[in-house]
Amino acid sequence: MSAEIGSQASQAPAAAGTVAPSERGYVVTRLDRLSRGALVGFAALVVLLAFVPFSFGSSTQNTLTGILLLVAMASLWNLLAGYAGLISFGQQAFLGVGAYSVLVLTRSGMNGYVAIPFAALIALVIAVPLSVALFRTRGAYFAIATWVVAEAFRLLVITIPALGGGEGASLPTALDYSPTVRTALTYWASLVVAVASLAAIWFLMRSRTGLDAGAVRDDELAASSLGVGTDRARRIPYLVSAAGFGAVGAVIFLNALRVEPASIFSVNYSANAFFMTVIGGVGTIEGPVVGALVFYALQEFLSGWGEWYLVLLGVVAIAVMLFMPEGLWGRLSRRFDLVLFPIGYRLRQRGGSRDKR
Amino acid sequence: MRWLDAVIHGILLGGAYALFAAGLSLMFGVMRIVNLAHGALAVVGAYLCSEGIRRLGLPAAVAIVLALPIMAAFGYALQRLLFDRTAKSGEFATPLVTFALSIIIANVLLAAFTSDVRSIPVGDIGTASLDITSTTSVGWVSVIVFVLAVGILGGVQLFLSRTQPGRIIRATADDQSTVRLVGVNNHQVFGAVTAFAVLTATIAGISTGIQSSFDPNSGVTLLLFAFEAVVIGGLGSLWGTLVGGVLLGVSQTVAAEIDPQYALLAGHGVFLVFLLFRPRGLFPGTWQG
Repeated sequence: MSAEIGSQASQAPAAAGTVAPSERGYVVTRLDRLSRGALVGFAALVVLLAFVPFSFGSSTQNTLTGILLLVAMASLWNLLAGYAGLISFGQQAFLGVGAYSVLVLTRSGMNGYVAIPFAALIALVIAVPLSVALFRTRGAYFAIATWVVAEAFRLLVITIPALGGGEGASLPTALDYSPTVRTALTYWASLVVAVASLAAIWFLMRSRTGLDAGAVRDDELAASSLGVGTDRARRIPYLVSAAGFGAVGAVIFLNALRVEPASIFSVNYSANAFFMTVIGGVGTIEGPVVGALVFYALQEFLSGWGEWYLVLLGVVAIAVMLFMPEGLWGRLSRRFDLVLFPIGYRLRQRGGSRDKR
Repeated sequence: MRWLDAVIHGILLGGAYALFAAGLSLMFGVMRIVNLAHGALAVVGAYLCSEGIRRLGLPAAVAIVLALPIMAAFGYALQRLLFDRTAKSGEFATPLVTFALSIIIANVLLAAFTSDVRSIPVGDIGTASLDITSTTSVGWVSVIVFVLAVGILGGVQLFLSRTQPGRIIRATADDQSTVRLVGVNNHQVFGAVTAFAVLTATIAGISTGIQSSFDPNSGVTLLLFAFEAVVIGGLGSLWGTLVGGVLLGVSQTVAAEIDPQYALLAGHGVFLVFLLFRPRGLFPGTWQG
């Protein structure tokens, strides 16, 4: 039986011919052979990536750090938009919270890398009261309200001279590592943040909360009439996303060694996360990762284009939303029936070909 | 006396915010579209006007009058070619598409006109002021904008409640598919509403350009204030929007009296307080029932 569940089972015409449909029955599967293989492959990739600093120079590591942070941001944005139905253009608020938390913690003597989880925790704690206010709004109004919050944070930081005001601040000399070690540590930090974000999203979305969040996204009224706590189903993804963005903000600061309110609170971070997610495919684990890779490649090829690069991205995002709303990965996934990291369940005829979820 | 000054200036500033917000409120009321490019479109209007004066050497009044129909036509085309299509792709598509549109517009403006701050020169009227008391005076332009805002909001309210086209718009807002049964082309109605919304945004954008200054990214600030005015006033209430705009304007100018760097922060703060304690705003839903 377990062999049947795990098998691709697409080449079983003989079995299907001999067994009457009524006797075949159905099996419910989640992880099939393909997705188990993908999990093993993913684990192997993470191990390989962990060894990069031992065999590659700092430029490769910097490139990968950039990509990993993009992957984390796109995935965390997708956790809101794709799974919880919350569009946020204000996630940069938590990038700023994370970065400035590291600034304050390192000033009081903490190691910058040790400060990353604390930065995530601070972002999470700040997100709790914010969610109370923001969840009064829905849809597009939520999106703009989150943006207002990020703007308010930026304006607030500017008024605080101790945080460097509008000029920004540099990392105190708490990081007395050689540049080589510092590059490697920052790279590892970004790897941990990206993998932890993906793992958190994966486990969260496969849990009861993930099911609740999906139900609320699809039909809030119906979900609440079935006893789903709609606020809770939204709040948990929102808090996880906030903590993740806090950690990303911390790493961005440790990487750049300098934080400025105008740049860390820039709406472009949310815009880019949105572009990556939409182009890759909303509501899948794989989509934002694909989107982040495409985004990075475009960035490299079109770096000389200046403003026109963002114009092109905007046009592509609109075109994808209108003509291919499932995104690149969604299209591939549907075409080849390919789900590497399944969130939902599939119903499959025992011994028959794979069925849709 | 300087507090009274601040309050008067705040009220007038609120008129400009309400003018911005009217289009946002109207589009949401009729089509359930929240247009995140509303601020960016206002900035396009301001650039159009400014370019007319700079490049073509048009008198300011002519440039303003020419910019309005061009922007209205642009709004109509935007609705018919993009927003109508977007609405079919589900409720999530509209905020995302209009947000992407605002990014596109801001970056096209950046590429075309650089990030230099500019303003619209209108000659003496731009700096002329009206003395209210011996110590308090206000700019003529801000008075004109406030009167325009009240006039437009009142006019729209009357138009919607008293005229046949207004009834058609309200009926379309209530039930898109039923109005089609009685022979209304709802897409024409939508196009007209968006054209009008972009027109009012352009007026507000140009008045901002005359009174202070703008750059390609000014649309964001304008959008956020317009949105805040709508939420504070209550969704669907045009007079509420005016009150919301005035409340925002006053909180900003009064906070600026304490310290200029608190001005914008105070506006956002008032909005967040409303979100927490009165999320439906001051006058929720009066015209759409």
